[in-house]
Amino acid sequence: MNRPYRMLQNGEAVPRREIPELSLERFQQELLGGIEDGWRVVSYFGAAEGNAVRLYAVLSEKMEGVLGVMTALATAREIPTLTPYAPQLHLFEREIAEQFGLVIEDHPWFKPVRFAPPLATPLGASAGKTPKIGLMDFYRVEGTEIHEVAVGPVHAGIIEPGHFRFQCFGEEVLHLEISLGYQHRAVERLVQGPLTAVTRKRMETVAGDTTIGHGTAHTMVVEALGGGRVPARAQAIRAVALELERLANHTGDLGAISGDVGYLPTASFCGRIRGDFLNLTAELCGNRFGRDLVVPGGVAFDVSGDLAGKMAGRLQKAFDDVANAVDLLWETPSVMARLEGTGVVSGETALEIGMVGPAARASGLNRDIRRDHPFGIYAMSHIPVETARAGDVYARTLVRWLEVEKSVEFIQEQLTHLPGVAFQYPAGAIAGDSLAVALTEGWRGEICHVGITDERGGFARYKITDPSFHNWTGLAMALREGQISDFPLCNKSFNLSYCGFDL
Amino acid sequence: MIKAILARLKQGHRTTTYPDQPATLPERFRGYPELNATVCPPDCRVCADLCPVGAIGCGGKLSIDLGKCLFCPDCAEMCPHGGITHTTDPRLAVNRREDLVVAAGEERRLAQALEKKMLSLFGRSLKFRSVVAGGCNACEADTNVLSTIGWDIGRFGLQFVASPRHADGLWVTGPVTENMREALMLTYEAIPAPKIVVACGACAINGGPFIGSPAAHDGVEGLLPVDLYIPGCPPHPITILDGLLRLLDRME
Repeated sequence: MNRPYRMLQNGEAVPRREIPELSLERFQQELLGGIEDGWRVVSYFGAAEGNAVRLYAVLSEKMEGVLGVMTALATAREIPTLTPYAPQLHLFEREIAEQFGLVIEDHPWFKPVRFAPPLATPLGASAGKTPKIGLMDFYRVEGTEIHEVAVGPVHAGIIEPGHFRFQCFGEEVLHLEISLGYQHRAVERLVQGPLTAVTRKRMETVAGDTTIGHGTAHTMVVEALGGGRVPARAQAIRAVALELERLANHTGDLGAISGDVGYLPTASFCGRIRGDFLNLTAELCGNRFGRDLVVPGGVAFDVSGDLAGKMAGRLQKAFDDVANAVDLLWETPSVMARLEGTGVVSGETALEIGMVGPAARASGLNRDIRRDHPFGIYAMSHIPVETARAGDVYARTLVRWLEVEKSVEFIQEQLTHLPGVAFQYPAGAIAGDSLAVALTEGWRGEICHVGITDERGGFARYKITDPSFHNWTGLAMALREGQISDFPLCNKSFNLSYCGFDL
Repeated sequence: MIKAILARLKQGHRTTTYPDQPATLPERFRGYPELNATVCPPDCRVCADLCPVGAIGCGGKLSIDLGKCLFCPDCAEMCPHGGITHTTDPRLAVNRREDLVVAAGEERRLAQALEKKMLSLFGRSLKFRSVVAGGCNACEADTNVLSTIGWDIGRFGLQFVASPRHADGLWVTGPVTENMREALMLTYEAIPAPKIVVACGACAINGGPFIGSPAAHDGVEGLLPVDLYIPGCPPHPITILDGLLRLLDRME
């Protein structure tokens, strides 16, 4: 348990010189040792430094509610892989390789992540140029009766692009490989340098359906580095917005899951009710997705007593509607038959690959940043964590519904007791040579932003980890030995972000 | 079954009354901006300098490029003279890129109907193929919502279809990432002529928050001929519906 990490709290900044620097070998040992002791990697990334790549690992220990950070310098282009011992690192290692031209020796699945040019190549350019999007060695199952199905990047609905490659034996999926990168907008590159007026707009659109989740994480980084305080009232309003975001998306997902099994009443009702929650967010700040609500030092808009009352009434009405709509699902045997036992991700698998959010909780993992590393008002006002065991589509549906109930209760409580008067304090100047970590629990799960500043207070490196980064592999695992016709349903039960992954 | 019928009765009929009745939007909604250049002191550049995406022009004439505008509150809040206010008017779509530039004292322009031949082809049935080219899933969500019972665009003959071969038009969202450029162009080619293009949202029009990204193309300009520009980050569903109905000559 005694690890050489610099311990810190969620939303805290530390001077860079206080981060323990280990040899690469020791760093890797401590990374694996921590994972064995129950620590979980929330972010693991590189940053260019002179002629080397500095590696940072941020780990979470939920029993104590602490985060740990350590660093090491990679001075050779090749570093040994840790993935066989800790599968949750597989994508982090591939990302480090792609962003800085490193080679992860003996990585079992060494493929492109986003088909994006490197952020920097301090150890010299890699041999080939950036591969063209979608061109890679897909895993293939051999055999005369095996067939391959390729889907995307453009899908049949209004959906973000991604490529899915299925290896099938008849209807049975033996393997699904997911290849992304189509949405890559170079977000992390764009955030580097001094904080400007457009930075926050970009952070709010890392994944636009998670504006509050990502926007809050970014603002927490800025606040940690600026040293300013945030009024309790603003923290409560932020949490109201975060839970409204969860409500809108969970309601949409409950409807979409229903639609994908061909049960139209719930699909139709939830499609509309989702809008009721978005409209409540628009009452807060004028925008249905919560743009420009969360700002450094607080929130940009106050909630008057009148508005709080009005919102509480509308929220209750929307909840009654969604309860009525979702109740039909549990009552309809043909729906339950399609949800139960479909797309199972076992608890062991979920733990091993490091899944987060409702998908992890549906596989029995009891993790939620709102409780494990509470931020803002969640430190004072607790929200119960809902889990299920089966790890199937049914469990992911159920967890969403239980979270809808809890979010509504939580918002009602906040709206009745909005604390204090002030809703925004002035934000301080960004500290130089520091590292700040911020975690929030978005509706898809854990969002991690890490900001590292240079001596002048500009961002030397800014690392974003969307919950989808942890969870796309979970979707691939859910399809194993399933029916290919279950793909849309499984996909919807995860509803992961493409742009949040692609950055 | 009986429960499903009871639920149907409880949920009722909730399709928007727009365009028969005017839209009601939240008080804080930021729609069409009103510019008052008479209050601008000479040499004041506060709004132009703070606009995160460079949408505001001043020096001579105060103007906002709604193609770039994210409809954030920054300019209206920071102008010490009250030169910019956002109305709650959601009607924003236009046919030409230059029509998106709103200048103080100039006449308001709204989207015009398609020309006669196109209108006779598409007036009663217009099908779109959507391509997301770097969109953040907000424009996509508020486009998707139009097909729900809350909006029911099917009643106007509008539909989003699964194949470009079934489509009359291309619906673009996102700043057109380099990694999606080819797929976007191939989808456009696959749509039978005559066809139209809609650029939905600030990203598709001019890059939105990702203007200047080395991995994207600042929107469709120069890649595809656009027939309808729908501003917003993201556009409100009413803004989208209003633009489409104007294009189809369904608005009085």
